[in-house]
Amino acid sequence: MPETPTDQRHRRRLDTSSPVVWAAAALLVLLVFNAVVNPGFFSLRIQDGHLFGSPVDVLKNVAPTLLIAVGMTLVIATRGIDLSVGAVLAISGAVSFTIIDGSPDPTSAGTAAVAIGTALAVGLVLGAWNGFLVSVVGIQPIIATLVLMTAGRGLAMLVTDGQIITAENPAFDWLGGGFVLGLPAQVVLTLLVLLVVAALTRRTALGTLIEAVGTNPEAARLAGVRSRSITWTVYVFVAFTAAVAGLMTNANVSAADANRAGLFIELDAILAVVIGGTSLAGGRYSLTGTVLGALILQTLTTTTLTMGLPDEYVRLFKAVVIIAVFLLQAPRIRAALGRRRRSARTTTSPAVPLPPTTGDDARPLSPTATEPATVPTTEPAGERTAEPATASTTDQGALR
Amino acid sequence: MSTAAPLPPAAPVVEMSGITIEFPGVRALDGVGLRLFPGEVHAVMGENGAGKSTLIKALTGVYRYDAGTVTVDGVEQHFATPADAQAAGISTVYQEVNLCPNLTVTENIVLGREPRKRGSIDRRASRERARRVLGELNLDLDPGSVLGRYPIALQQLVAIARAVDTDAKVLVLDEPTSSLDAGEVAELFRVVRALRDRGVAILFVSHFLDQVYEISDRMTVLRNGRLVAEHRTAELPRLQLVQEMIGRELSTLEHLEREAAQDTPTDAVPRLRARGLGRTGAIAPTDLDVHAGRVTGLAGLLGSGRTELTRLLFGADRASAGTVEVDGRPVRLRTPRTAIAEGIAFCSEDRKGEGVVGDLTVRDNVLLALQARRGWLRRIPRKQGDELVARYIKALDIRPAHPDALIRNLSGGNQQKVLLARWLLTEPRLLLLDEPTRGIDIGAKAQIQALVSQLASEGMSVVFVSAELEEVLRISDRITVLRDHRTVADLDGSTATLDSVVDLIASGGDRA
Repeated sequence: MPETPTDQRHRRRLDTSSPVVWAAAALLVLLVFNAVVNPGFFSLRIQDGHLFGSPVDVLKNVAPTLLIAVGMTLVIATRGIDLSVGAVLAISGAVSFTIIDGSPDPTSAGTAAVAIGTALAVGLVLGAWNGFLVSVVGIQPIIATLVLMTAGRGLAMLVTDGQIITAENPAFDWLGGGFVLGLPAQVVLTLLVLLVVAALTRRTALGTLIEAVGTNPEAARLAGVRSRSITWTVYVFVAFTAAVAGLMTNANVSAADANRAGLFIELDAILAVVIGGTSLAGGRYSLTGTVLGALILQTLTTTTLTMGLPDEYVRLFKAVVIIAVFLLQAPRIRAALGRRRRSARTTTSPAVPLPPTTGDDARPLSPTATEPATVPTTEPAGERTAEPATASTTDQGALR
Repeated sequence: MSTAAPLPPAAPVVEMSGITIEFPGVRALDGVGLRLFPGEVHAVMGENGAGKSTLIKALTGVYRYDAGTVTVDGVEQHFATPADAQAAGISTVYQEVNLCPNLTVTENIVLGREPRKRGSIDRRASRERARRVLGELNLDLDPGSVLGRYPIALQQLVAIARAVDTDAKVLVLDEPTSSLDAGEVAELFRVVRALRDRGVAILFVSHFLDQVYEISDRMTVLRNGRLVAEHRTAELPRLQLVQEMIGRELSTLEHLEREAAQDTPTDAVPRLRARGLGRTGAIAPTDLDVHAGRVTGLAGLLGSGRTELTRLLFGADRASAGTVEVDGRPVRLRTPRTAIAEGIAFCSEDRKGEGVVGDLTVRDNVLLALQARRGWLRRIPRKQGDELVARYIKALDIRPAHPDALIRNLSGGNQQKVLLARWLLTEPRLLLLDEPTRGIDIGAKAQIQALVSQLASEGMSVVFVSAELEEVLRISDRITVLRDHRTVADLDGSTATLDSVVDLIASGGDRA
């Protein structure tokens, strides 16, 4: 792209108005705060070839939420929302543990594979159900997914007979406590999904089409976008991420608790997406923003815990910080900041509107006419000033 | 300042100068000035994208300006909200009436300023006040009736009555006549003149030149976000006004006559043949032939079925009866995708609701249909996309010529051109245009009409729907006239006259 002044100005403006920037700033402030309050916060140590320390804890603990938030980002970008992810997470855990527990050979890798495969398949089916309700039946997403949110935990309890199921399977437990290249397996898996999603949506046209569907569904449909399948797919995908998150969290504690697993995780995931600057009204989304949002939430939790605050304060503290971040992102406050910057700049930056197109009445309108009959937009200034000058001679020309 | 100019009747009540407003990627206004005098109707003229709406919004506190000053009665003002502007005596009546249709006329007039008695609303005093204001404007409305019962035109007059009740010094009318018929316009103008005679300064924006010349005393012409000139209406010939608005010689406009229709044999297989095509409750079974290289106009009033028929041809709605053939091949147009696959493209009359994708850039909007057809996996390569977009921005004269500008920051006419570009990229063989020139200025309109003619002469088939009969007549080779959800006539475009079509629309053609 040519570096015209317009481009530069355009880009700089986008930066300051981007909620992602403010989310990044908030995370930075949090990290600095931690470094000051708790000098040991950033210390990492290697034990048995594995990395340990607070930053690693943050990454590990954020993994399930972040994973779901990635899926949730796409759902929200289509103007939707999925409240059932916590329930799907619980069902995924319940299914996998029930299979391992009931297997004749509960410690074999084969059993783990069956458990994982079944749990993921169940997740996909549940996502397809949500997607069907939203994209085919046309139920509002919040209502449609509320159905599964309510019924899902009941389903999970049915699967586990209302018991907390514990089971030990080395291959399965790797999902919760394993390491890859010194990093927790959860973190690596989440990163992997994140990268795949980023590539799938941004290297292809999928991201743009999702944004088109979210911004103006009817316009997208009339332009020939497969709105229905796109909407359906994102619900299937978010349920898949919830199922994977279910395997991780339950493997981490080697138990499936249908009642408590993933409780309120849908709210954290939605919050992470929103802090990241993706509007609940759909349209433009930012995966980077979602990552930052999830990290802010988790860092907050870790911070309050390392500071020794009791749990009830953790939530209050979280709320205060989140409000602060939202205020920073609020259009009005941004506008106030932007106005100050802009008024300082208007004196220096030249106007870049297009010059009026004078005189060339032979302008071809057909797009197939490629010959340069259209006068280039950079015509000499002398030619342009001629007309306004004549126009201004009449009546109140002095106004100019 | 006013050295060479004739003296204005009094000091301006509003004086804006050097107003500059920037949006990301767009400088919407660049040092524009505007003076409103008491007892004058002042028209702001300009093409779409010239900055009329933006200027009004700067005046009424909707937008904040980056530079410039606004003074009211000689006092500099900084309106942060529309309420601030209203408090300073500037009232606005928008194109789409923003009153509460579920409240009564009285409640709407006094809303937010209700007279009170012992802490509660004094309904009797409210009613008296409403009755007085309506009486002043000579409006025969029952103040106690629910506003939503009245047609838009009357609601608009109530909105004006509300403005009068605030003792507005300045009344801003933004496209007030776009949905009114001739009688309603006359009524509106009567009220506007009454207010003018009471010393109110009126700012009037309209695309209809006739109306502007009828009602206004003074004009300010804008182009591309800049001030061109201020004139007394009586001293400004129409030709000069249009030249100032579009910034080029008029010959493009006069050159609109269709070149003689090509001699396509009429017995050839039509590009599109619909037989008995209909949808329950929307359009009665209709026959329609669209030939290659021809423009078929659909004429009829709003609600006559012209839009409904067009939507069926695109699969936007599903037909309940009838058959469609494309090049003699029967096809079933169940969804827009199937229609697109047959080489059909459709620009909806609802540009905002069904056309533009506001959060996306001009570039993404132009490429949307082509990308959708390729599927998400085969993304249009960056470089190829840039070239295509640049070519169409240039060919259709889209302003600002900035592919990364958000489309919602563009004016209506330029948005329409972006949508045309979106479809032309798919190289359609049949282009369905539903009101492609509505609400856009004369320059963009002429460009779009010329484009349609040229596309047809290059072999494309076009179905052209417009509420403006003259436009349909001028551009069409064949004209299908619709009335009450059914076709009443099929005319030859070269011999049809305005009178004959109007007669058909009014009387249904007396086919008995």
